[in-house]
Amino acid sequence: MTDFLMPSLGADMESGKLVQWLVKPGSAVKKGDVIAVVETHKGAFEIDIFEDGVVSELCASEGDELPVGAVLAYLANPGEEAKPLAKATEVLPAPGAAPREAAAGMPKETICPEKKVADTAGLAPAARLSVTVPAPRAKVSPAARRRARALGIDPDTLQGTGIEGSVTLADVELAAAKGIRAKAPFPTEPAVRRRGFDPTEMRQAIAAAMSKSKREIPHFYMSSTIDMSRPLAWLEAFNERTPEERLLPAVLLLKATALALREHPRFNGFWKDGRFQPADDIHVGWAIALRGGGLIAPAIHEVDKLSLQHLMAALRDLVARARGGGIRGSEMMDPTCTVTSLGDRGAQSVLGVIYPPQVAILGFGRVLTRPWVTGGNVVARALITASLAADHRASDGHAGGLFLAAIDRILQEPETL
Amino acid sequence: MTEADIRKLACELLSDIAPDTDPASLSGDKDIREGLDIDSMDFLNFVIALTKRTGIALPEKDYPKLVTLDGIVAYVAREAQPSG
Repeated sequence: MTDFLMPSLGADMESGKLVQWLVKPGSAVKKGDVIAVVETHKGAFEIDIFEDGVVSELCASEGDELPVGAVLAYLANPGEEAKPLAKATEVLPAPGAAPREAAAGMPKETICPEKKVADTAGLAPAARLSVTVPAPRAKVSPAARRRARALGIDPDTLQGTGIEGSVTLADVELAAAKGIRAKAPFPTEPAVRRRGFDPTEMRQAIAAAMSKSKREIPHFYMSSTIDMSRPLAWLEAFNERTPEERLLPAVLLLKATALALREHPRFNGFWKDGRFQPADDIHVGWAIALRGGGLIAPAIHEVDKLSLQHLMAALRDLVARARGGGIRGSEMMDPTCTVTSLGDRGAQSVLGVIYPPQVAILGFGRVLTRPWVTGGNVVARALITASLAADHRASDGHAGGLFLAAIDRILQEPETL
Repeated sequence: MTEADIRKLACELLSDIAPDTDPASLSGDKDIREGLDIDSMDFLNFVIALTKRTGIALPEKDYPKLVTLDGIVAYVAREAQPSG
């Protein structure tokens, strides 16, 4: 039996609201299936499951605001019998992990006392009561839910036309066009947070995570100027095709960074339990600015193994989902190193703040045509400033310099990317 | 396709990309990237959508001509004429 817990979708998340179950007791699930939608201050996320099994019991109800680590459901593993556990008298197992400091700051009333909470500091283990499974209701995509909220429509009352009758963005827009509104004014929740994306809360969450980073991580910073003429000339030739097949320069930067991380694994992983723990794979967190303000940096998985075309597709998909809803929980948890690229309207350089528990963040400024010396002559070249902020507990400047040099070297051979 | 049609289409596609903005209220000579706060991914998505709707190729080297609404209208109107 496995506990399915409220995931931590980043160092800045303390609690989340279970918006919707997409499974019910008895549902067979496979690793990677989306089984719930959880809403945080950064919006709604699709939560996928990490192993195969059968849902034996849902412990949390839709609408519950729960701390990170709270048990949401029980999962019977293959071979186990998927029947509900004994009710009422069962007492929590001791939490396996150290209590999270995140939960300590939670107002107590936000944690339902009858709910089983696995890992919250300062809270006595509570006896678990049986939980009524809510009546099935229409599935609603996160994007549709967000849009509906903005329009003052209750998406759960709509007739869905999506897969298995799910309510899609189009259904919401249609309802809005018909003038449908929520029956009652949308409930203003006295609870810990308003529903969905809230710029003020996102600012606070970023402040909390970045303060933790600056407080705990001894950052060091380095930067190098990289001549982008070769990679951009290669890209210009490559992009003489239909717009759909074109690549953005960001894709070259991402791939080069991932390949350089392969050579310099000490920048790819986590600082945990007082030591550096290298990651097995290279999942690059890509910082995406949200239109309402704030940013998120979900992972693109195994960037070093993706072709440029696949990477472009992954990037396009990720940006669309980050802005429209539908980022998966695992994508928020997986980054092993982060890249922030300012794009063509950004500043010349950026010195990042490491996102704990990662140990490095790469920053790329805007490509600018500036003077460059080559062969004793000053020439105008397209240049980019690449910067590294890294955790001095895990590495030092010598390694950092080699890492930046590797990115430069790899970028100069764009045809091999 | 009249110039008014092209402008209307461009505004429609841009508001899909930047849903919180009103492209039609943007001055025709203003840089849409600045005015609507769109990044290079948004711009590429706009180019893809515009190509799909007009059938015009919009090569990358012509992007600088497409950064204002007036520029887009002039470019599409010119390219849409048979054998220019």
